[in-house]
Amino acid sequence: MGLLNRLDDPIQGDGIILGTVEDLLNWGRSKSDWYLQFGLACCAIEFMALNAAHFDMMRFGAIPRTSPRQADFIIVSGTVTLKMADRIKTLYEQMSEPRYVMSMGSCANTGGPYWEHGYHVVKGVDRLIPVDVYVPGCPPRPEAFFEGLVKLQKMISTQAIFRKREKMSAEDLAALELRNKKIQEYNERAAQENIEFTNAKHVGYSRYSLDFLNKGEQS
Amino acid sequence: MTANEIYEKLKSEFGDEIISLTEDAANEAFIVVKPQRIVEICLVLRDDPNFKFDYMANLTGMDYPNNLTVVYHLYSIPLNHRIVLKVELNKENPSVESVEKVWKTANWHEREAYDMFGIIFENHPFLVRILTPYDWEGHPLRKDYKEPETYHGVKIAY
Repeated sequence: MGLLNRLDDPIQGDGIILGTVEDLLNWGRSKSDWYLQFGLACCAIEFMALNAAHFDMMRFGAIPRTSPRQADFIIVSGTVTLKMADRIKTLYEQMSEPRYVMSMGSCANTGGPYWEHGYHVVKGVDRLIPVDVYVPGCPPRPEAFFEGLVKLQKMISTQAIFRKREKMSAEDLAALELRNKKIQEYNERAAQENIEFTNAKHVGYSRYSLDFLNKGEQS
Repeated sequence: MTANEIYEKLKSEFGDEIISLTEDAANEAFIVVKPQRIVEICLVLRDDPNFKFDYMANLTGMDYPNNLTVVYHLYSIPLNHRIVLKVELNKENPSVESVEKVWKTANWHEREAYDMFGIIFENHPFLVRILTPYDWEGHPLRKDYKEPETYHGVKIAY
């Protein structure tokens, strides 16, 4: 509650805080990120412990939402099977922007123990949707998860809302321009050949998105 | 009843349908039977007052070098005895009658055996894949299974 303390300060505080609207919005956004109530495998058991009284995830302002349309971020908690992959894509698409993804545990990060013989497992959920924070562990301790959550909050609180392009890194800007160019090309091709490029739908703001476009080109 | 007594009694009722009994310390005793009259054998095992195998603990498939095998794990709650049945099927046309009408629980077990091994259970009410997606190709637990490169545009290999 640093802000309120400054307002109440008997010497300096006269009800005025100087800052940008962006900082204020991001401060509010980062402290009330709601997540989609969605569990996949054994990591979801740890995830339930996070929500319970002992670890009390709500103190971070994270409230479970049962609809992806109300959620700010999605926690992929567990093994992503190929059967589930389409559903996760759908859930991610239904979330409104800005949206974030936390990958929880080894399976969601890289496929985990199924990396070699898991014919049915997606080797990392970042092959489906762009991931913002990876939390390692099998499953991660609640403390590890909270570090990831704080990292996500930090990421949100420093994110540009206005004049995004000016504040982007050169790498991300180049990726964004390439992405827009490719989407335009795809749309033109799709209009000419009367086909639908399914993978082009999954493009977010992350630079990882380029992988999806490349995959779309192959398939 | 011991496995040997079960085997002798089945042999006296079904004759050549019952092929062999294997008893060793390493495995649970199992009886190999022919696939043609499996439902009748199962009905006798369930209803005969000496057998009373009212509980099918497990049904699964096996991929052996020369045949595909269906394994039935049976247990009798009132008489506290158990037996394993094995049915050997040829790899070209692996099909056997469904025992779903004997033990209801066989329904999903047979779907799993179909999904993983491609064993066809005839007269099964709803023989579709249960674990893998409906549009999956191949039967993953077969020894000659080759995993596909992509599924719905997602690369599968690490």
